[in-house]
Amino acid sequence: MIYPESFAVSTPNEREILVTRVFDAPRQLVFEAFTKPELVRKWLLGPPGWTMPVCEIDLKVGGAYRYVWEHEPDGNQMGMGGVFREIISPRLLVATEQFDVAWYAGEALDTTIFAEEGSTTRMTITVLYESTEARDTARRSGMEHGMAASYNRIEELLLSSLAA
Amino acid sequence: MERIGYITRSPERLDATFAALSDSTRRAILARLALGEATVAELAAPFDMSQPAISKHLKVLESAGLIVRERDAQRRPSRLNAQPLAEATQWLAEYSQFWSSSFARLDDLLEDLKTSKKKAKKHKHKKH
Repeated sequence: MIYPESFAVSTPNEREILVTRVFDAPRQLVFEAFTKPELVRKWLLGPPGWTMPVCEIDLKVGGAYRYVWEHEPDGNQMGMGGVFREIISPRLLVATEQFDVAWYAGEALDTTIFAEEGSTTRMTITVLYESTEARDTARRSGMEHGMAASYNRIEELLLSSLAA
Repeated sequence: MERIGYITRSPERLDATFAALSDSTRRAILARLALGEATVAELAAPFDMSQPAISKHLKVLESAGLIVRERDAQRRPSRLNAQPLAEATQWLAEYSQFWSSSFARLDDLLEDLKTSKKKAKKHKHKKH
């Protein structure tokens, strides 16, 4: 898999994941692609083989969204959803996220920022995990520094192994 | 949707793995062990550190499951255990994979949307 230069996934601290990407389209269009169900279900599918039989978005503060993916070959389903906390069209979306089968404790908070860069749009998603468990584990291990460095290192390893 | 894979890996274990990897000395120890097993004395030699200090680092790596230490032998050599490291990298790889596949599709969709908007504009102009 070759990633465009503008695509990056990083873990700036023990509670956040940062995903960033530049799209060659005006901000309004990118915002619509992220918030209109008929558009979202066309692209938010991950690797080939998945479809999105359920994609509901009630785009207002306090409104809910619900996504269900289905893996066509075996019929496996995976659902997630949440509630919008803040909406500033077409600049900002803040929403909770929770998976039906959670691999982490509690819900996470997604902050998606759409920034204009000339005729392109830089999208940044920050996923903040509320998991006290994860935070306490990190604290117990007495680690305060170097986390980001080790993550970045792993990413470098990953990217170089993927590029190879 | 690769996220399904995440639930098979415990978040606590990932935390321990990343915490253990956050120290440059411990990363250097792992790099050394990737070449083959070594005793505390052998590991301490290249560093300006005492053997008890190295032992402390080994304990962290051992509890994170990144290394295995021989229990019986007098020398107690340490060996690399690659599994948790593979899980930690796999986790981020899957996350990246999910988004990069989705974004590639979104690129195509945005192109289509741009084209259809332009066409709609042209059509409007023609009408006037």
